[in-house]
Amino acid sequence: MLWNTLLLALRAIRRNLMRSFLTTLGIVIGVAAVITMVTLGNGATQSVSDRISSMGSNLLMLVPGQRFGPGSEGAAKFKTADVEAIRGQIGAAKHVAPVINASATAVYQAENWSTSISGSNDDYFEAGGWELASGRVFTESEQRSGRAVCVLGETVREKLFGRQNPVGADVRIKQFSCEVIGLLKSKGQSAMGTDQDDTIVMPLRTVQRRLAGSQDVGRLMISVHDGASIDAVKEQLTLLMRERRNIGESEDDDFQVMDTRQIAETLTGTTKILTMLLGAVAAVSLLVGGIGIMNIMLVSVTERTREIGIRLSIGALEREVLLQFLIEAVVLSSLGGFVGIVLATAASIFLAALMGIPYLFDPGINLLAFLFSAAIGVIFGYFPARRAASLNPIDALRHE
Amino acid sequence: MSASEPLIRLKGITKTYGIGQAAFQALKGIDLAIESGEFVAIMGHSGSGKSTTMNILGCLDTPTGGSYEFQGVHVERLSRNQRALLRRYFLGFVFQGFNLLARTTALENVELPLIYRGDPAAERHAAARAALEHVGLQGWEHHTPAELSGGQQQRVAIARAMVSRPKVLLADEPTGNLDTRTSEEIMDLIGTFNREHGITVLMVTHEPEMAQYASRVINFVDGRVEKDQRNRGEI
Repeated sequence: MLWNTLLLALRAIRRNLMRSFLTTLGIVIGVAAVITMVTLGNGATQSVSDRISSMGSNLLMLVPGQRFGPGSEGAAKFKTADVEAIRGQIGAAKHVAPVINASATAVYQAENWSTSISGSNDDYFEAGGWELASGRVFTESEQRSGRAVCVLGETVREKLFGRQNPVGADVRIKQFSCEVIGLLKSKGQSAMGTDQDDTIVMPLRTVQRRLAGSQDVGRLMISVHDGASIDAVKEQLTLLMRERRNIGESEDDDFQVMDTRQIAETLTGTTKILTMLLGAVAAVSLLVGGIGIMNIMLVSVTERTREIGIRLSIGALEREVLLQFLIEAVVLSSLGGFVGIVLATAASIFLAALMGIPYLFDPGINLLAFLFSAAIGVIFGYFPARRAASLNPIDALRHE
Repeated sequence: MSASEPLIRLKGITKTYGIGQAAFQALKGIDLAIESGEFVAIMGHSGSGKSTTMNILGCLDTPTGGSYEFQGVHVERLSRNQRALLRRYFLGFVFQGFNLLARTTALENVELPLIYRGDPAAERHAAARAALEHVGLQGWEHHTPAELSGGQQQRVAIARAMVSRPKVLLADEPTGNLDTRTSEEIMDLIGTFNREHGITVLMVTHEPEMAQYASRVINFVDGRVEKDQRNRGEI
């Protein structure tokens, strides 16, 4: 019975090619939209967390003020002495890099480029995961005396020097001339979407004296030895800084220690919400596809009711008619689901490449979209048939 | 004719549409016996209950009361599925509106009853081709109803009804949509099946010319059998 009914179902699909095509199309578009959106969203999330993990998982960031709550404004900056204190008292700290940021225009011959300048020490390169493409980092005496030397990011090199090697050349920044001693390897976009290579790094003291005009340190980057507990180090850092900043027992911290996991959670949280939003929008299109199928089914219900009447009159059992309609619906909606998945995979790979994010195959969403499309097809293809097949054959035949 | 049980026996068949005040009694107690091999024409004005009787005889509709025996089996006690099987193995239908599956070739339309019966593909094709040839449609196997004339469509319908070799052919105004010449051809064809293959034919018609092909004419008036007579020249 199954084999014969399958034959009948396939014949019914074939003789209503246009209807079958439209039914399938609704599902194809819905399934493809949902899968593409979710896949791209996952890729974007992955890309963000990749970039954060490229910062190193054992990195801590010490920033003044609390992001939330009172005391975020006007909280005291850090001092150069804090660096020595941390080095001296927290054994698990591998690198401690004080960072101060400024922005200025760098000029080389006829070219100029406005960029951000970081003042720090040699630990900055290690803690920040920077590698040198050529040249060298700061010497001990350059750091101590605040000499005008700098290490360029790839973008700054490109803007000022084109393809030339900048090492040894002098770049003018504001009123002083600065010798280029090194060139950083490119790191690409940051997790926040900014160009990390658009930077110049100088010794901390040079920036403090010549650009910032103060002894403050904006933030501290601390990398922790492998195997050391990040949480324990955070605890120690908090205690140390509370002590150094004279914070009373009842007062809140006026600084914050963040690890990369926290940063990652904040940022990937945003893209995850976006993914869900896109997925929801696409789910609506799947639903609209389903309504389209319902529409087609209802329009053809008169013809199909008479067809059911004919089949019943020549001796088809009710369950054979129903099985035929069920097979039709399942074949069409799974075909639609399958084509949708193929289309979504092609579109996702293409768009992911275009957007520079990784393509991640998500079996869960593929399965979910497929099952949902099959369910829509079965519900809208099968249930109208069920009513018709329960009629007296003569009533089905006379259906107007 | 068999002296024992007739092929079909109706006793006090009633059919009521609607309920309460709006109820309408279409059949007011039909008693009828039809022997195997008869060619019966059922006549009457519209609303006389002739089509309703035909649908009940064909198990396409159920009576409100009375008993219907088919080869001694009480049809009114059969389940829905059993009635479907009765249609499948013993009955063939020809309708006024042909009722062929649209966009489906003549061959596939004729094959349909055999598919439900579960015949193997090769046997099924051969039987369907033979049936189409029998009604004079060789060469038209792969045409869809839209590509066939009314007479040809009715021939396909007859082939579909006869391909499963039923006991009874039920024809509801088979020539109602056809011109006179084509009607005569169709009636000749039905007559042939009756005479040469011994198939019992029950035909509803309101045209006296068509009723002349029958061996027995039953007249319906207002839901009752008014007249039941044998035609001259009966076999």
